[in-house]
Parts: sequence; structure tokens; C-alpha cells
Amino acid sequence: MTSVAITVQRGLAGETPRDETFTVPYSEGMSLLDGLIWIRAHADTTLAFRYSCINANSCKECVVSIAGKTEYACTARLTSSAVTVRPLGNKNLIRDLVTDTVPPKEKLGAVTG
Amino acid sequence: MGDAVTHLKTDVLVIGAGGAGMYAAIAAAQHGKQVLLLDKSLIGRGGATIMAQMTVAVAMGEQAPDHWTRHHADTLTAGRGLCDEELAALLCREGPDRIREMDEWGVGWTREDGHLKQVMAPGHDGPRCVFVDFLNTGPAVAKTLRAKIAKTDGIRRVSNLSVTSLVTRDGGVAGAVALDLNSGKPVTIAAGAVVLAAGGLTRLYRRNSASVNMGGESYALALDAGASLIDMEFVQFFPIGHLAPRLVGMDPIMWDPFRYKLGGRLLNGNMEEFIHNYGATDSGTYTAPRDVTAYAIVKEAEAGRGSPNGGAWLSFEHIGEATLRDAFGPVIDRLARNGIDLTTHPVEVAPIAHYHMGGIRVNEQMETEIAGLYAAGEAVGGANGANRLSGNAITEALVFGEVAGRNAAQNPNTPGWQAEWAQNAIGDIARLSNSGDNRSGLEFGALYGELQSLMWEKVGLMRNAPGLAEALSRIREMQAIDLPALHPRDTGAFALGVQEWFDLRAALATAEAITVSALNRTESRGAHQREDMTDTDADQAYNQRIKRNGAHIALDTLPVRRADIEIITSGAAE
Repeated sequence: MTSVAITVQRGLAGETPRDETFTVPYSEGMSLLDGLIWIRAHADTTLAFRYSCINANSCKECVVSIAGKTEYACTARLTSSAVTVRPLGNKNLIRDLVTDTVPPKEKLGAVTG
Repeated sequence: MGDAVTHLKTDVLVIGAGGAGMYAAIAAAQHGKQVLLLDKSLIGRGGATIMAQMTVAVAMGEQAPDHWTRHHADTLTAGRGLCDEELAALLCREGPDRIREMDEWGVGWTREDGHLKQVMAPGHDGPRCVFVDFLNTGPAVAKTLRAKIAKTDGIRRVSNLSVTSLVTRDGGVAGAVALDLNSGKPVTIAAGAVVLAAGGLTRLYRRNSASVNMGGESYALALDAGASLIDMEFVQFFPIGHLAPRLVGMDPIMWDPFRYKLGGRLLNGNMEEFIHNYGATDSGTYTAPRDVTAYAIVKEAEAGRGSPNGGAWLSFEHIGEATLRDAFGPVIDRLARNGIDLTTHPVEVAPIAHYHMGGIRVNEQMETEIAGLYAAGEAVGGANGANRLSGNAITEALVFGEVAGRNAAQNPNTPGWQAEWAQNAIGDIARLSNSGDNRSGLEFGALYGELQSLMWEKVGLMRNAPGLAEALSRIREMQAIDLPALHPRDTGAFALGVQEWFDLRAALATAEAITVSALNRTESRGAHQREDMTDTDADQAYNQRIKRNGAHIALDTLPVRRADIEIITSGAAE
């Protein structure tokens, strides 16, 4: 079985980020989101990332930075070559690939404050 | 002493911000109440609505003369005798008002020659389905409702707040406990009325068109609060979900609009049409009912006449590129990026879990047996009986959302709260958030995957008594042994493991309800197909109800609610 190396930036807000590389089974046509879901299910059950509609590109929640480019994980195709994924650089980090993409008026703090 | 738990108070709490929840929030606010709208995902992005690609069935009478009573008759026929006829009437009668309202709010229904364009869909007696081009119905509906909510006074909204438990007192609902994903901490909410609009359950099946949020939470929350579920055995399998080649960036239900507009041909592995061998006609017309088509595809594959990946071929090779592009514009380019050229090659399709007919039992005000607890959208059971008519899901979301929100606003309860009411639910969150110790070695991914396979293979499209009994026994074992032993490894901010524990709990409770109902219905009807009892039994034309009874669930039967509605065939829509 062919595999692909996915390097993911890990860490909570305030921690020094660290890169971790996972070897994921590769099949033609798979998306980066497929790879991240595989990692969480089979390799590291603490990896955090956002997604909702899985691969339909409807919810637009799975936006991340791939090799420096802002992309949706669900439509970014993996190839057999290694890839590095980071959280969006222009949003506050929450955990791993999750950044604060919640609109300001939809935050808990906005309704309690 | 831990931190003080964040507490919110509202007149009306709406759980789930898809089409039904957003409409309910707008309606309740318009009736003067303070509303709190929550979603586990982001507001207006995480539900099923945004994934809908095309058709919304509604008797507008713009394309051709029509009347809501005709839509109602088609809904009842599709429902195989089990529709709650009053709920179906509500859906069909009030549908046009909601579609006009959405039109005023700028949704942009596709028009032709100065009128709303309406297309034919399977099971309808005329062109009845409105849509937004190209494959943009769901995103346009969601965007319009998000914008309307932003402009409506009295609606507070919170994303990433996931309700784990409803709080009840004295036979009525008092509020809820939720997990704030961003902090990993519990939040309590006091509410005068609650609208449950957290969607369906199709994520429970291995092959599904669900988002990660359609895992049966609505049903599990309702059941736990003491409300009833009905028709839980009826899970709709969309017959022609995309199977191969691998497609990303599009919903697997996408061939549905292609067939609405262009017909297309459904072929078996020998490249022969086959639906006519199963008592329906389909040849290029897309008129065969969903349950018949799904059954036929599975049976052809079982007989060794499937496509290479075990489904059927869907061919548009005879259509021509100009026609394809005219009908679907930029979608053709998205297909090309997936390596799909419809002019030269067919695609493979197969049934996929798509929608749930069953759900929370409500009256015509969308209220459950628990005072102040309402339901809306796919969470509601009854209107669609044993098989949903195509195009009814968005109509149901909008109509039932409006009705639920309006009635919740008129509920006289005032929110009251005592911290001790939420102690158990807060305790669950605290226990799961306590350290990353996972001594059992059980992992969510393996357990949830096992449940999805079990449901697909034994509680899916083709069922039999031994398989259902085996599934039920394993589901109950998972509830009793595996779930209590599962402990998340992550904790704190965006600790998905805590959320996943609640996901598994809801999925198992819902799976149990489906399986018990399926085992007890000893006939085949609509979406419930028993290999060991293939005939429809006229004596089983009843609804099955599930209720919690202590640690167990109990099932009984109810007569179908009939309505005496005369079909009006002449003239234009009212």
C-alpha cells in the first residue's frame, strides 16, 4: 500500500508550536481532510481540526494553510508527495489546526459579556 | 471549588442552526421573544440545509397549475400509508408562504419567463420543485437566513456550543446544559421554551451523505427528556449517491439534480436498463420512487449485475456537452477537476443513507409531550411516513421551523433555574474533561466505525430478524460496557474527544431506537425492507412509538393520524 507523509503543526495557544509527521495510507483522489480524519481515527486521537460537511465543500469550515496557501482541506487533493499543514496565520490559534474563525457576534463571550 | 459555570437565560432556546433552527429563531423573535440560537458547528453552516443542492417541493402553481392538496396527495402516496396527514398538510399548505417569504428576503429562486421555474421530480404529479442555480439551493437558503437573523432584533447566537443534555422539571423543559467547544467548559441555559432542531441521524451509517453533525443528537436529547419518537425504522437511502470515481468538493447526492434536469440513464453492470424489472419505469425520466430504485440497484448487484464497485452506472453520454453546460455551468468544471467527463464515461452510483423520516413526535404546534419542548426540521417524525417525497426536506425545515418558533414564542413559561438541576450533566462533562487518562484502550474512532458498519450491514437497506437481533445486542453491549469505559485523551480547548463521547452516546441511543423499531415491524414498507418478510401487511399500517422507560426503551403502536382533505385539481394555486 502506498502512503503519504502529512506534517501537522500541533499545540495550544501560548505553547511553542511543534511539527508532527504522520504516515497515512494513500489512495488516489483522497483529500487532505480524508487524511486528517484518518490520523484522528487511527494514529492520534488528540489532533484538533474543524470540519462539518466532510467533503462537500459546503460548510467552508475546514480552511487551513497548506504549504503557505490558504485552502479548504476537503478540496485539497493529496498526492504521493509529503505535505505540511498549518493553522491559518492571520487568526488566533485555539488548538492544532483550529483557529478562531467564529464571527465576533457568534462568540459565547459576546452574549455573556 | 471549580470555576463558576457560565449561565445564560433566554425566553426561547433554539438548538441547531440549520434551516429549521434559523427559521424558528426568526419566527420567535418576530413574536417578541428573546431568542438564543446555538450550534455545535458554526451558525448556519453545519447542518443539512447548506448541503442541499436543488429541489424544494412546493405547490406554487407558477410553472403549471397546481394546488397544495395535490402536493399533499403525492406526499401521502410516497409515505406508503404512514404519514401523519395533518403534519403533511401543514407542510404542503404553508410551504408556498415560506417560499414567497424567502423570495422577499432575497434567496434568488431561479426564474424563467417572469415566473419561478419549477421542475418535475420523482413522485410528483407535475413540475413542483423550485431551486437556486447552479446546485446552490442550500447555500442560498442558509445565507439568506443568516442575513435575516443578523437583521432581526432579539436573537443572540453562539457557535461551537454543543448541547449535551436537556433539563426538565415537573413535566416541562427548563433549559439545557452545553459544552463550549472553544474552552471545553460546561454552560447552563435557562429557557422558557426549547426548540430542538439539531437534524437527523444519517451519520450512523457507513455510507452516508451526512455532515459530522447529523448523528442523532435531536432524537437522543428528546428521548432522554421524556419525549416520544415515532417511525424510527424508516431511514431513507438515496438510491444514486455517488460511488466512483472519488469525488471531492461536492455532495454525493449531486446526481439527483442532474437527473431532474437531464434525465440520464441508469444501467446495470451489463449496460442494460433494469428498473422496469422492479415494477417502476425510469428510462431517462427519473420518475421511479426512491425506495424502488434503491432496492433495484442492490438486487442487481447481488445478482452479479452490478458496476465494478458494486453499484449501478449512471450515464449522460447521450446528452451532449452544450446541453450539460447549459444546465450546470460551472459544475461541469468542478467535475472535470475530479477527472469526470460525462460526455465520454458514465459514473458509478449506489444507495447512501440520506434522510430520516422518523423522529420526535409532535402535534401541529410542533410541541412534544414535554411542555415547552418543540421540534423542527428533520428532527420531527411523521410528516413523511415510510418514505419521503423528493423535495420535501427543505420545505419541512422552513415550515416546521416557522411553526415551532411561533408557538415557542407563545408559550407562557418563564425561565427559572436552580444550579442543582444541571449537576448530573455538568458532572459528565467534568468527568470526561478530567485528565487524558485512557486506561481502557478503547478509542472513539474504532467504536463509531464499528457502529456505522453494524447499522449499514444489519439495520440498513435490507434487514432480517437475525441480523437486527445481533445488531441490537451489540448496540446494548456498547451502551453498557464500551461507552462507560471510553475516555478522551484530549482535554480543554477544542478537545474533540469530549464531544465525541457525547456523539457516541447519542448515536447508540438513536441506533437502539431504530433497531428496536425495525425488529418489531414484521413487514416490508417504504424504506423499511425485510428480506424475511417481503410483503406489506395491511394490518401494520400504524406508527410505532418509542419512549424511555427507566433504563430501557419501550415500544407501542399508534393509529396513523388521518385528515379528510379533498384534492383540488382545477385552476391555479390559491
